[in-house]
Amino acid sequence: MFGELSLDALPLYSPIAAAGAGFIVLGGLVVVALITWLRAWRYLWSEWLTSVDHKRIGIMYVTLALVMLLRGFVDALMMRVQQATALNTQGYLAPDHFEQIFSSHGTIMIFFMAMPFLIGLMNFVVPLQIGARDVAFPLLNAIGLWLTAAGAALVMVSVVIGTFSTGGCSGYPPYTELGYSPGVGVDYWIMALAISGIGSTVSGINFIVTIYKLRAPGMKLMDMPLFCWTSLCTSLLIIFALPPLTVAVTMLALDRYLGMHFFTADGGGNLMNYANLFWLFGHPEVYILVLPAFGVFSEVIPTFSRKRLFGYTVLVYATMSIAVLSFMVWLHHFFTMGASADVNAFFGVTTMLIAVPTGVKVYDWMLAMFRGRLTFATPMLWSIAFITFVIGGMTGVILAIPPVDFVFHNTLFLIAHFHNMLIPGSLFGFFAGYTFWFPKAFGFPLDEKWGRRAVAFWVSGFYLAFMPLYVLGFLGMPRRTAYYDDPAWQAYLIVAACGALFILCGLASQVIQLVVSIRHRHRTTDFAGDPWDGRSLEWTTSSPPPEYNFAVQPVVHSRDAFTAMKAEGTAYRPPGVYEPIEMPRNSITGLAIGAASFVFGFAVVWHIWWLALLGLVAIIGTIIARSFATTTNKLISSAEIEARERLWLVTVAEEREVVLQ
Amino acid sequence: MFADSILDPAGPVALAQRGMLFDAVGLMLIVVAPVFILTPLIAWRYRARNTAARYSPDWENSRPIEIAIWLVPGAIVVLLWGVVWSRTHQLDPYRPIAASQPPLVVQAVGLDWQWLFIYPTENIASLNRLVFPAGRPLTVELTTDTVMNAFSIPALGGQIYAMPGMRAELNLLADAPGIFVGRNTQFSGDGFPDQTFPDIASTEADFESFLQEAKSSPATLDSATYAAVSKPTETPAQQLFAPVEPGLFAAIIAKYGPTSPGAPGDGARAMNRSPRRRRHVR
Repeated sequence: MFGELSLDALPLYSPIAAAGAGFIVLGGLVVVALITWLRAWRYLWSEWLTSVDHKRIGIMYVTLALVMLLRGFVDALMMRVQQATALNTQGYLAPDHFEQIFSSHGTIMIFFMAMPFLIGLMNFVVPLQIGARDVAFPLLNAIGLWLTAAGAALVMVSVVIGTFSTGGCSGYPPYTELGYSPGVGVDYWIMALAISGIGSTVSGINFIVTIYKLRAPGMKLMDMPLFCWTSLCTSLLIIFALPPLTVAVTMLALDRYLGMHFFTADGGGNLMNYANLFWLFGHPEVYILVLPAFGVFSEVIPTFSRKRLFGYTVLVYATMSIAVLSFMVWLHHFFTMGASADVNAFFGVTTMLIAVPTGVKVYDWMLAMFRGRLTFATPMLWSIAFITFVIGGMTGVILAIPPVDFVFHNTLFLIAHFHNMLIPGSLFGFFAGYTFWFPKAFGFPLDEKWGRRAVAFWVSGFYLAFMPLYVLGFLGMPRRTAYYDDPAWQAYLIVAACGALFILCGLASQVIQLVVSIRHRHRTTDFAGDPWDGRSLEWTTSSPPPEYNFAVQPVVHSRDAFTAMKAEGTAYRPPGVYEPIEMPRNSITGLAIGAASFVFGFAVVWHIWWLALLGLVAIIGTIIARSFATTTNKLISSAEIEARERLWLVTVAEEREVVLQ
Repeated sequence: MFADSILDPAGPVALAQRGMLFDAVGLMLIVVAPVFILTPLIAWRYRARNTAARYSPDWENSRPIEIAIWLVPGAIVVLLWGVVWSRTHQLDPYRPIAASQPPLVVQAVGLDWQWLFIYPTENIASLNRLVFPAGRPLTVELTTDTVMNAFSIPALGGQIYAMPGMRAELNLLADAPGIFVGRNTQFSGDGFPDQTFPDIASTEADFESFLQEAKSSPATLDSATYAAVSKPTETPAQQLFAPVEPGLFAAIIAKYGPTSPGAPGDGARAMNRSPRRRRHVR
């Protein structure tokens, strides 16, 4: 009846794991109780859970990312404490528990923190920046969100029921094959990745079509804000890079469930094929994560320098070349697999090539500040903190030299390198975007004081946590080491743990920032919607924007469209007549498909075949049911639009008068 | 402080790797250092309050600057290419190290969670201890009888994956006698942190006495004793064996089936085998 699921699945193998599970269950219950107490279920259902509005979906993606960031960070903190103390002892975590933690940390941070964060930002910003009313396929957008959430839910549930994979975020077979990993952990990992991978793929398709087809009249591709360009490149990378991952984990699942031999050591399997497929996804993935952050920097830096972006065309070409080159470097993840010197040298050379457009971008951003009028609001501070990324770029080129990689591969040097790319490169960019567009999304800004504190803690914490790991790489400490007997390592690991505590303070500052900002929102309300003297179309509408974004679709003649409108005096000009606008209706389809996918994934993990079949039927049934829906759109009347727009224009006029006086 | 690392190389391979590392860092600092120096300077100079600084809100490109920011990193990368191409070939792990003496061949088998070293010519085997004469090239043939491992001796330079059913190779040389740390760096399960071994570069005389010690060991290594030795253990112990059943290393590889690339008796490296070649082997 319940497949392999029994009471043994509860995490009673260690008190710490049980406490973690208790914490997650308790957290879930508190959230449910809070919503009930606030009587917010109906509001949540009709305004958020069934919404197909790209702005709401974007906000939900970012919320998911922030929650998963906290979870992934707890994993990181636990690892740092373990390694700081585990000299000549096993430490406070059993090896199996430590292994689950490093696997879930990597999986969560990449697939359920960074991916939802960037897709959330793209969702919220891209349609506004190109002057569209929504994405091309709003319902597909909701399906993507709920598939991602289903994957994240599977990872969270694995803490409470069963165990998670111990095979790391890359899941190399044959370790992850049934013979060496007989539990449900790897199955959780496979299902979470496969389900959320489909979600990411449909998002990629959606954004490509949106950017190609829904740009405002007059907006040529080369008139788009740079964030749209990087979103386009990221979406292209997603649709080309995610399929190899989906295929690889599906083949691994076939090995595990049906006794096939794609990646087994015996029976004709070949684990090297997995390494190739995984990194054929894995390397473009790095650029999927980092390009949207590059886009954010390209928006934030000119805005806070009050100056045009330097080298727009060059940045576009650099972004595109990075996207293309990112498919030609995957083998540098396994120079040590024994390929010939010709093959290794070729991939070393292509990897170094990719450093050139990246370096050009950094210099372009410096030149974007040159001869500007710089103000240092939090988004700008995150963007300047980005230069730390350059150290990671340098260590990346070091690792691209095959003979040097033979020494550093699998050591903490590698860990320091890719955290040095992904924290200052991606995460600081996402935070810059989060603080930059937050007032647009909610109509009030985030608190500056706590924002500055967060930047200070994160940047100092980053250096403290990861510079020692470079040294440990020189000392030969392998990654994924639960305990050790070399006393020389401990001092560095203690410093790194202190760095993690600094980052904890940074995260705490961000939580406080959010609470303080919400409490002060009545004082700081900014309905007019242009708090930073913005340059692109998202600032031409109210904060938060109306459901339809723009009462009249803007017409664009150049880059920095809003700056041009303000200079020409055409900004905030009300149209003669307001037309009614057709918008998509809410739909339960996305949520239903996500929920059914979760049930399907959970049932497959535990071999509950009747439930898996039920889940599959529910997914297909929902899609069929949706095809019978006839009224998928609703009409917003011109009176309603006119009332709202007039109210907004009055606010704008009042504010501008204040500014003029 | 940096003993047992690439910064304190104990052999020509590690020395060359360190040289490459320093060259690359030096070259890259040309591009990287200005970022760290100029960014704070620009941020300070063009702060909004400094109205004395020049303000050009519409300045958005400059041909000479753009050419420079492409050319300088481009030139550095082209320079690095040359170095990378030649050094990758020179330091290919499979490339025998030129020396007056023939290399000592050791067959290393990664196990859960220990290392077995078979000396085929000397007909002995050593568990969790690698002894070899300094000054004489060392050829390590690698495989595992479990999941993927990576064999690494940082002080001598480099690592290479060991994979079940396949044979890899690593050529090293220690300049002088010394004891270094060797280990598996590829996570392989619960006992992974214990999978280390002393790596002893000895004098010729000490190596002779090591061989004598092994040959006088009561334990022999054949399929039956190997089955006991290769059981997973989290407390790897040192042990010596003599004699060793001929062809044991090939048999460990063959266990995983003849269709695996890099099948027994085939010296070709794992990733480069053309299908034509494979058919020939069958």
